[in-house]
Amino acid sequence: MIGIIDYGAGNVASVTYSLERLHQKFVITNDVKILEQCERIIFPGVGYAKSAMEAIDREGVGSYLQSTSKPVLGICLGMQLLGEYSDEGDTTCLGVIPFHCKKFNQSGLKVPNMGWCRIHTNEESSPLFAGIPRGAYFYFAHSFFVPVTENSIAFSEHGSIFTAAVQKNNYYGVQFHPEKSAEVGEALLRNFIEIC
Amino acid sequence: MPAKRIIPCLDVKDGRVVKGTNFINLKDAGDAVELAALYSGQGADELVFLDISASAERRKTLRDFVEKTARVISIPFTVGGGISTLADIESVLRAGADKVSLNTSIVQNPEFITEASRQFGSQAIVAAVDVLQSASGYEVYIRGGRDKTELEGIAWCKRCEELGAGELLVTAMHCDGTRNGYDINLLKILSNECSVPVIASGGAGSVNDFVVAFNEGNADACLAAGIFHYGDIPLPALKNELKLQGIEIR
Repeated sequence: MIGIIDYGAGNVASVTYSLERLHQKFVITNDVKILEQCERIIFPGVGYAKSAMEAIDREGVGSYLQSTSKPVLGICLGMQLLGEYSDEGDTTCLGVIPFHCKKFNQSGLKVPNMGWCRIHTNEESSPLFAGIPRGAYFYFAHSFFVPVTENSIAFSEHGSIFTAAVQKNNYYGVQFHPEKSAEVGEALLRNFIEIC
Repeated sequence: MPAKRIIPCLDVKDGRVVKGTNFINLKDAGDAVELAALYSGQGADELVFLDISASAERRKTLRDFVEKTARVISIPFTVGGGISTLADIESVLRAGADKVSLNTSIVQNPEFITEASRQFGSQAIVAAVDVLQSASGYEVYIRGGRDKTELEGIAWCKRCEELGAGELLVTAMHCDGTRNGYDINLLKILSNECSVPVIASGGAGSVNDFVVAFNEGNADACLAAGIFHYGDIPLPALKNELKLQGIEIR
């Protein structure tokens, strides 16, 4: 079973519909005891970093996420919250992957970065991207981004190169929305469920 | 940079497509969910649904429709039409829509843009602006193009961005239905003066209209209805042709 962290994120419904199409069992919860019974955890996210961190801290889910050894997939804001710090609301985040999330502020750049962007993966691609064609398009909708770090496993470009996906140990994060990225998005979710 | 987006738009009433379509291979051409799935399969980058229901039950009907659609398609979609409260927005986003487009409600209460984008994120809030060109410039209309306001189009678009809208969906009423092309001058001005993405709407009739809107108008996305519904320009052929012309298309 897959545990989906319930903290009022906007894209929970879409994530559950994707999992239904993949015939996966899931539970939407903020109960640590129920999360303990899941094999994998999806940390969705659409919203505002500060209020999202407050919500997961209130539920005790934050410290659970920091200590779990289960595979965790953070999506969009869920990925950004895996880092140490976000400039959005000057927020201290979970700190399980070392990065600092910044706002797109280059002049002439359209913000939010909204739409389908090509991504590029490292030579030794993570299992998350197994079988996904190089240069595939995924759907992004974000105003804050993670600069390239040593844990970046996929990259895209908007003004400069930024992190499209990160991985450290059991923590995976994607800046794009696999649940809204048609076939390639479902392939990525399937990889997370079957390989990671 | 994201690829340029092609967005079919569907007018929906009580979960059914209102403007006619002539897809002969559809079991039920009025079934909005089936049509959405067809466009998604053909490579639509996004969809926009404009709800024109007027019944007392509309919020529930719309919610059910959004949920059915989101279960079937895995591309982003926007819902507009009569959305005027935070509860209306929450209802459709919770059901699986990605964005709402706001039109009349934000003219009547501009602060609503700020409240909505604070609560749901600016990426979920699309300001839909209907303009009609006149001797004095672009006049803003509300209530489905029925009522003229005192607002000037370009200034209003900039104001929407300042208030927190994440995207502008700008319909040139004087082009809409003509199939003579988008208002390129309007698009040029908005692309220069606004830093949120601009979706062109109104006037698409040929492949070249899209080329010009992207290359000269610098639009981030093009919305169209009739040419897709009647099969004048099939979506896969349009996307191929735009790629051949060197435009970045998914």
